Amino acid sequence: MNGVDAVSAVLDLRDVTVTYRTAEGPLPAVRGVDLTVRPGEVVGLAGESGCGKSTLVGTVLRLQPASATVEGEVLVLGQDVQSISWGKLRALRWAGASIVFQGALHSLNPVQRIGAQIAEPIRLHEPELSRQAVDVRVEELLEQVGLAASRKRSYPHQLSGGQRQRVMIAMALACRPQLVVADEPTTALDVMVQAQILDLLKDLVRDLGVGLLIISHDLSVLADICDRVVVMYAGRIVESGRANEVFTDPLHPYTKALSGAFPRIGDPAARYAPAGLAGDPPDPRDLPPGCSFAPRCPLAVPECTVAEPPLVEVGPGRPVACIRVGES
Amino acid sequence: MTEPAGSEPAPAAAAVRAAVTGRRRSYGRYVAGKVAGAAGSLAFVLVLGFFLFRVLPGDPARTLGRGRFKTQDQLEEFRAQYGLDQPLPQQFLTYLKNTFSGDLGESLRYRTPVSDLILDRLWPTLLLVGTATLLATLIGVYLGVISAWNRGKATDKITTGTTLTLYSMPEWWLGLLLIAAFAVGMGPLPGIFPTGGLHSVDAEPGTIGYVGDTALHLVLPVLTLVLVYLADFSLIMRSSLLDEIGEDYLVTARAKGLRDVEVRRRHATRNALLPTTTLIALSIGFVVSGAITVETVFSIPGLGLLATEALTIPDYWVLQGTFLVTSAGVILANLLANLVYGLLDPRVRS
Ligand SMILES: Nc1ncnc2c1ncn2[C@@H]1O[C@H](COP(=O)(O)OP(=O)(O)OP(=O)(O)O)[C@@H](O)[C@H]1O
Ligand SMILES: [Mg+2]
Repeated sequence: MNGVDAVSAVLDLRDVTVTYRTAEGPLPAVRGVDLTVRPGEVVGLAGESGCGKSTLVGTVLRLQPASATVEGEVLVLGQDVQSISWGKLRALRWAGASIVFQGALHSLNPVQRIGAQIAEPIRLHEPELSRQAVDVRVEELLEQVGLAASRKRSYPHQLSGGQRQRVMIAMALACRPQLVVADEPTTALDVMVQAQILDLLKDLVRDLGVGLLIISHDLSVLADICDRVVVMYAGRIVESGRANEVFTDPLHPYTKALSGAFPRIGDPAARYAPAGLAGDPPDPRDLPPGCSFAPRCPLAVPECTVAEPPLVEVGPGRPVACIRVGES
Repeated sequence: MTEPAGSEPAPAAAAVRAAVTGRRRSYGRYVAGKVAGAAGSLAFVLVLGFFLFRVLPGDPARTLGRGRFKTQDQLEEFRAQYGLDQPLPQQFLTYLKNTFSGDLGESLRYRTPVSDLILDRLWPTLLLVGTATLLATLIGVYLGVISAWNRGKATDKITTGTTLTLYSMPEWWLGLLLIAAFAVGMGPLPGIFPTGGLHSVDAEPGTIGYVGDTALHLVLPVLTLVLVYLADFSLIMRSSLLDEIGEDYLVTARAKGLRDVEVRRRHATRNALLPTTTLIALSIGFVVSGAITVETVFSIPGLGLLATEALTIPDYWVLQGTFLVTSAGVILANLLANLVYGLLDPRVRS
């Protein structure tokens, strides 16, 4: 990472660690993650259920629960959100960066019309706009995501899953942010709708030039639309690189497992059991010694359990955390 | 923009229209269901009223006539007068016919129609129960919101502890305590409020002074009811809001940049209030039952006092009448709350 990156990046995570306080002791959900998203760039974050993806998303707008401790720096548009004042943070929220939350059904207020929910952040961040201007913007946003403007009068439960996801995207774009984080925007949607939503997101990013961090447990989904992909395992980044390279030529054995047999899109079972990978991810409270992936790794050797392998560049822009990379 | 399928062309308007009519139809179904439920409850009350005051305590004629009738003829005459010599089904039909035509019988004590007595005594009770419910709802909802939002902290513990302590006090006991402290005066406290009744003897009906005088008389009885039943309302609101607090849409609201109070007011509280309306309406029943005691303690000439006095005679038809009217009132208040809830919550309509 160099100085130029830091200035121009819309999102810059530096050595971010998130630990939850639980009754059974501290739970390190994210461990030392570095990640950068530049304007107009689409970055994918892949990993199994429970590897800390949503936890990482939560830190971007300081939305983590009180039980979580965040260490490291989370820079959004150059501001460290974990330490700036509440006033500055509120100004940054949604206007600077917005989030398409995992699970649109529950992330929308069930008893408010969606038009009002999209209008809410606009009124908040641009109070000088007239009621009509806000109305016009809401209708434009709905049309932009392929919904009829008259949909603004609907309640969330009157929409299909795909339509609700479109509403979430329209809402995320409401204040024209420079960074959008989409947390599994297509999980729980059927294949056709999934493809539509991903196309929509990709086009919007291209047209509006915002930075997009898109999260998925499905590497193939990300390979299609991302510039770069980051793979996480048990709270750590194990590999990253250009999307097509990571997908077609994965170096870390975990990435290989994720991309190896094409995970079936839309198959809910796929998220819990990546094809060709036996066993479960470890409990973050009770991580195995050395490499967290070693117990499931087909290439594991005794040295793997000695120390956590560092993330080393094995090629240009290709960091991988595996001591056996290159050998196999 | 390359937006393939899924975008909505012209049929969207039709779809929205269909959704709207569908909603109306389903609200109709909701109303029908609630009205049917209320009708069922009313029918049950009607049947219960008949048996409660005719069959259960044995022979009303004997109970009423205790020591009054010297001869068997007198007893027979009394029975004939009240239709008690008829077979039970016949009596029931007469009861239904009379009740539906507003004839609730004649008071044995006052020798006036029970319906007139009830109409006469209705307003003090409505005033008492209405004011107490309104205040208990407002204060209770406020306290519930405060304690839920500060769950587990001192505010929550103090609020919940205090309201529960008050809840555990019998109305008559708290009422007498308040009379002793604020009406009679205790130690350094002067007695500022009247000890009972609804009006002073010299108050002129229709004047401002009369209204103020009535309000002054209502302070302690209303306070008693509010204090005792506050926990009912605050705990309902507390748990309803706690249900909302874990919801994801509140994270969305915070992410948008809303202040904590705005998230609470615009989203959490508003949504939590919806299901609370029906639960609060259910509590009206408890307030009504509490009012019976409070009216007696404060000698307020309402339905409660009427019923308590009727018990000593016992004035059967008055008891039956007040039972029917208060039960019907509570059922109708609940129905109203359910219908309003259906209008407020869009999820009910679909
Ligand atoms: N509020 C919390 N308190 C304690 N532990 C938590 C909390 N939220 C998440 N965790 C734990 O942190 C770890 C990471 O969870 P997270 O939700 O970030 O995973 P994820 O990668 O988003 O998974 P998914 O694909 O299922 O959404 C998990 O082990 C989870 O159990
Ligand atoms: Mg998640």
